[in-house]
Amino acid sequence: MSEAETVRLAVRKTYKLYIGGAFPRSESGRSYVVTSSGGDFLANASRASRKDARDAVSAARKAFPGWWGATPYNRGQILYRVAEMLEGRRAQFVAELADAGVRKARDAGRVVDAAVDRLVWYAGWSDKIAAVAGSTNPVAGPYFNVSSPEPTGVVAVVAPDDPLLGLVSVIAPVIVTGNTCVVVASERAPLPSITLAEVLATSDLPGGVVNVLTGSVAEIAPWLAAHMDVNAVDLTGVADGDLAVACEEAAAENLKRVLRPSASAGTDWFADPGTRRLTAFLETKTVWHPNGV
Amino acid sequence: MFEYAPAPESRDVVDIKPSYQLFVGGEWVDSQGENRHKTINPASEEVLAEVSWATEEDVDRAVRAARKAFGPWSAMPGSERAKYLFRIARIIQERSRELAVLETLDNGKPIRESRDVDLPLVAAHFFYYAGWADKLAYAGHGPDPRPLGVAGQVIPWNFPLLMLAWKIAPALACGNTVVLKPAETTPLTALLFAEICRQADLPPGVVNIVTGAGETGAALVNHPDVDKVAFTGSTEVGRMIARSVAGSGKKVTLELGGKAANIVFDDAALDQAVEGVVNGIFFNQGHVCCAGSRLLVQESVADELLDALKRRLATLRLGDPLDKNTDIGAINSAAQLAKIRELSDLGEVEGAERWSPECPLPDRGFWFPPTIFTGVAQSHRIAREEVFGPVLSVLTFRTPAEAVEKANNTPFGLSAGVWTEKGSRILWMADRLRAGVVWANTFNRFDPASPFGGYKESGYGREGGRHGLEAYLDV
Repeated sequence: MSEAETVRLAVRKTYKLYIGGAFPRSESGRSYVVTSSGGDFLANASRASRKDARDAVSAARKAFPGWWGATPYNRGQILYRVAEMLEGRRAQFVAELADAGVRKARDAGRVVDAAVDRLVWYAGWSDKIAAVAGSTNPVAGPYFNVSSPEPTGVVAVVAPDDPLLGLVSVIAPVIVTGNTCVVVASERAPLPSITLAEVLATSDLPGGVVNVLTGSVAEIAPWLAAHMDVNAVDLTGVADGDLAVACEEAAAENLKRVLRPSASAGTDWFADPGTRRLTAFLETKTVWHPNGV
Repeated sequence: MFEYAPAPESRDVVDIKPSYQLFVGGEWVDSQGENRHKTINPASEEVLAEVSWATEEDVDRAVRAARKAFGPWSAMPGSERAKYLFRIARIIQERSRELAVLETLDNGKPIRESRDVDLPLVAAHFFYYAGWADKLAYAGHGPDPRPLGVAGQVIPWNFPLLMLAWKIAPALACGNTVVLKPAETTPLTALLFAEICRQADLPPGVVNIVTGAGETGAALVNHPDVDKVAFTGSTEVGRMIARSVAGSGKKVTLELGGKAANIVFDDAALDQAVEGVVNGIFFNQGHVCCAGSRLLVQESVADELLDALKRRLATLRLGDPLDKNTDIGAINSAAQLAKIRELSDLGEVEGAERWSPECPLPDRGFWFPPTIFTGVAQSHRIAREEVFGPVLSVLTFRTPAEAVEKANNTPFGLSAGVWTEKGSRILWMADRLRAGVVWANTFNRFDPASPFGGYKESGYGREGGRHGLEAYLDV
């Protein structure tokens, strides 16, 4: 056999979870088969367990004070850095999106470009949202009175089935204001979410700010919706109506803030997102102080 | 210690009817049911009037009236809606003494508070939101924010008319119509407000008042034609509401319980801090969701502060709420008194030390003396649960970081207080306290221009200010 006839075997990537800045396998040892839209085997993705979900919440909680305490300028810089890293891996994402069902390379390229631009757009909000969502309040008395937005805390995000632009569009508004999050990736097309985690891990984003779980949405979403150390849930990616209602009911236990877009199935992720996804995970704090000599 | 001659406010200014109907579609209507209950003066247990507890059919009728009124009301130019609200604000001012006396009779709060705090704030709230009605496009919620529809509103008994104002004024300004349920122990000022709506010629059905208890409230929030639910009350009921409306798509705002820390540093102006601590927990008999029910005092000044606090408490006058000299009125109901007693007894059982000043209690009515617990641990139920009464738990701390840790160690997050003369420390603390309102060197201040509402299990949404509009707009 001559050398020319040897076909080099590709080195495949193992797709694991992303928790606390590390890439562990599911502690349960479970995995599930991810196929391309044509039905070809792509990878065995980790199928996250309840313990993985709880570990991810712990990591997000641990990261919260530092991330919230960072200056908005710093958070904006890091989100911009994420955009830079994503741009640098454009070809890789185009290929992964093609596997996930985005047929034409031109369309996949458009998706990656839009995801990069979305990150840049949200990065700029870091030090501006308070000026838009806050206020000084002219109270009827000798008091200084000011309202400012603050992050809600740990947000559980069920990402939509749009594996890159939709994913970036739900993560960026949550973290740019200082929240940390646990993301349940698209069940059908989870691989770009783990590749995005590699982007996040190399963008100076502190470990634990974003944690990514892959696996069964029907399994993981209710665990997160019921978790008492989660402050808010974004149910954008929950397509099953009954599951969404069950998650909303579970979220009531500790009065989680719930974002459930009415027509999530039909969301146009290319459209101008507005500020709703930013303000959904912000609290308003009002501080009073007497004014006198 | 001075003696004070009695100075009772006359109750002749208010004319209480022996019985009331429901206010639906601009008319007084009979309930479909037979469920009639008496509302009493908690300071004397005297029966004031009889009201109906509205049935599901009654609630349905009120929601239909509100739905019918919604079209024309929301289509009306904002400037015209504004004028109705300004009218209401003016009538409230004109009838404020009558409303204050009625509030004190039905609720038990001192006339000094209903007259000087509740009523001025009620009128101010209607004035404030009246002005927004024709300026909504400038509120930062988009160029053409739309109302939601029919709002179902359920309010508590601690500030009956003020909570009504917080709910109705922004709802109407934004173009919604409302069905409001006052608390079962304090329905009378809401019913008088219905009269005010008639005096103002408010179109029928824009405001509907249904009296009743929990079942009436549940029928209202679960009514399929209600687009918006606004509730102020306990975290327990708020949780039930959040669960019951899950999946309905109704917009919900909840203003729930609290267990606020009032934090006093060693460099605080101690006399002012004492006044603030007293105001924080004994204002309105402690029936305040944002009450400063946990005093966190820096260890080095704990003894000095406690001595001053006890001296101050000995001068508080408890008794006839209609007496203009009264500081502490009656507990609102027998049920609330039982709850305060239960938790206070538990405080002793769990090992905290209880103290109250010499304080004779009237023979009739529901009364509880101002009470301080010292030696309280964070795990004690009196440090964790909302007592909703004149009971203060005292804990100590050494460092600012420890104060923050202890203050935030609660599922609630409604309010907090900080007392220090050091400006940078105020800002440092205010940044770290997970609470919707932080009062620095003051406490229990309210204003219609100032957003109010909680973090965590104290609920979601804001009332007051520009932020308060969002709750009633489709944004």
